[in-house]
Amino acid sequence: MFSFELLLDAVVLGVMLGCFYAAVSIGLSVSFGLLDVPHVAHPAFLVLGAYGAYALNQAGWDPIVAGIVLTPLFYVLGVVAYRVYFETFEKRGSDAGVRGLAFFFGVTFIVEVGIIMVFGVDQRTVQAGYIGKAIDIGDVRIPMRMIAAFGGALALTLALTAYFSLTFSGRAIRAVAQDEIALRLMGANPLKVKQLAFGIATAVVAVAGALLIIVGPVEPTTHRVYIGRTFCVVVLAGLGSMHGTLVAGIVLGVVESIVLTLYGASWAPAISFAMLLVVLAIRPQGMFGR
Amino acid sequence: MKRLDLIKGAAAAALAAIGLGMPAIAQQGPIKIGMSMPLTGGLAAGGKSSLVGIEVWRDDINAKGGLLGRKVELVVYDDKSSASETPAIYAKLLDVDKVDLLFAPYATVPTAPLMPMVKQRGLLLIGNFSFQVNHTVKHDMWFNNAPWGPADTWPRNFVDLGIKHGAKTIAIIAADQEFAQNLAKIAKGIAAEKNITVVYEQNYPPATVEFSSMVRAIKASKADMVFVMSYPPDSVGLLRAVQEIGVGPSVKIFGGGMVGLQFSNIMESMGSLMNGVVNYNSYLPEKSMDFPGAKAFFEKYQKRAVEAKVDPLGYYLAPFGYAMGQMVEQAAHATKSLDHKTLAAYLRANTIQSIVGPMEFAADGERKVSTTLLAQFRGVVDKNIEQFRQPGKQIILLPEAFKTGDVVVPFEKARQ
Repeated sequence: MFSFELLLDAVVLGVMLGCFYAAVSIGLSVSFGLLDVPHVAHPAFLVLGAYGAYALNQAGWDPIVAGIVLTPLFYVLGVVAYRVYFETFEKRGSDAGVRGLAFFFGVTFIVEVGIIMVFGVDQRTVQAGYIGKAIDIGDVRIPMRMIAAFGGALALTLALTAYFSLTFSGRAIRAVAQDEIALRLMGANPLKVKQLAFGIATAVVAVAGALLIIVGPVEPTTHRVYIGRTFCVVVLAGLGSMHGTLVAGIVLGVVESIVLTLYGASWAPAISFAMLLVVLAIRPQGMFGR
Repeated sequence: MKRLDLIKGAAAAALAAIGLGMPAIAQQGPIKIGMSMPLTGGLAAGGKSSLVGIEVWRDDINAKGGLLGRKVELVVYDDKSSASETPAIYAKLLDVDKVDLLFAPYATVPTAPLMPMVKQRGLLLIGNFSFQVNHTVKHDMWFNNAPWGPADTWPRNFVDLGIKHGAKTIAIIAADQEFAQNLAKIAKGIAAEKNITVVYEQNYPPATVEFSSMVRAIKASKADMVFVMSYPPDSVGLLRAVQEIGVGPSVKIFGGGMVGLQFSNIMESMGSLMNGVVNYNSYLPEKSMDFPGAKAFFEKYQKRAVEAKVDPLGYYLAPFGYAMGQMVEQAAHATKSLDHKTLAAYLRANTIQSIVGPMEFAADGERKVSTTLLAQFRGVVDKNIEQFRQPGKQIILLPEAFKTGDVVVPFEKARQ
């Protein structure tokens, strides 16, 4: 049942969906892409952010405002998590990456069980004036929650890109990603810079978590759905590239949406990951990696 | 002779102490009922609610003096909603915990891998809302405590209802999971049998995030009825997309097998978005379903559910959890036995009276007659869980025995 109207719908919705994928991946682009930390607990932090937005929404807060309000708390969480990881794994040697995986898997389970203990196992959703409504742009009808995700992703990408290129601490984070020893020789403390970066990576997860629960319901195990997609977006983008994360998210979203609309939903994840393999075969450093 | 008699008497008493005293001690031990339950993972909301229902039965039977004079104890492990966990858990229940009876975990996925094991060991297994898990195994000691009945009843009722209101085409959407796919296959077969054209068919993977594209495609297909078999997160996503995009005026009935629209938290958060949806259910607080013991059960359950942070209404699964207990209670009391074969023979031959109504089982272990409800959400308002405790928010369309009203078509009119 191919029609150009359906194809146009699929592309527009794919862009929206892709921006949402970028928003939920951009924190990982910092922690894994720039810092090389095997942060498999990223999706669990994302779900934690979603539950934080849910809790504040129950008290009458708009979920996006709730996400922004939670960022300082998540910054502290990120700093503490990185410090523990550094002390117990990273500073001990070359196999830190492999052992770090075990650490962050452990963190994932702790977060999941913690959410179950506090909120129970039921699915949670949020209420806001823009959820459940849509606007017509030409012949295309777009859900407003997807526009929220689109705007959120753009804002996060712009903010992080500006921060990493215009501020001293942002440039220091990029420097530690490139050459930690050189940074040390310049008199900077790489540990503090990495701590700051991991804190920022976790802080943006609070906003992304709010977008997650705006787009759909969450439950304590929702992180399992996102582990593949978030790592796929970050690797496809090229490790540590903020604008690349946005582009990779959009590419993934559009491909998924077109495949789902024209060929079948079951093929969508397979096609996405096949595309990742093709890109990596041609450009091992990812689309925007150096 | 007298001395000899005394010796004989003493010997007899000693033998009695050895021979009869031992079983007397054993009989005072509890009857262990073993099960796994999804207490974490995707099925946990249902699993926890079901377990609270079983626990209410355990406490009721113990308050009445126990089963065959022995206290009932539940041995429960979390299967994490995973099919790969259950075979090992049930092996432990049997070989290490030495349980007397087995209840199946909630849902199809964790139950399916148990079937070969219980058949091989010749064990009675009381099912808990799984769907067609005995279809190929054909175990004769399986009794599924669920309202489904014959496999095709559920989609057949939906399709027949659509045909009655002039439907000639159907769109079918199903999650890529065993339960949903089984139903989708049956629905397609019924559509072919009734000369209904399938104008759109979509299977989607469990990790699908966004459903707007599917809803757009349904709208473009101009289907007369839409049969959906979805799991809770998908049901929410689909209903949101339906609200945002719309399915078009051609659709007469929408729904069928949307899991999740029976759970309190989703019903509360979806509110008016559910209006018009014709969906399956198992139990509703309508007068036509007021079976003996049901009210008392819900009073107990709803108090515990708040403490346990599970479904506060509990209509969908919890009373069936209680009924699992009633099945073994009636069978054990009637046969004065815990022997699996004896209990199975009783369950096959007799009607079980329960708080979800009388139950009779067919040769395949499913209910002889389906009591699966087809109900339409009507007049539901937002953010009000209390409304669902009252009759009238879900009009029972089928089966006739429980009917409380007629369907409103088309779907868009019923949503107003």
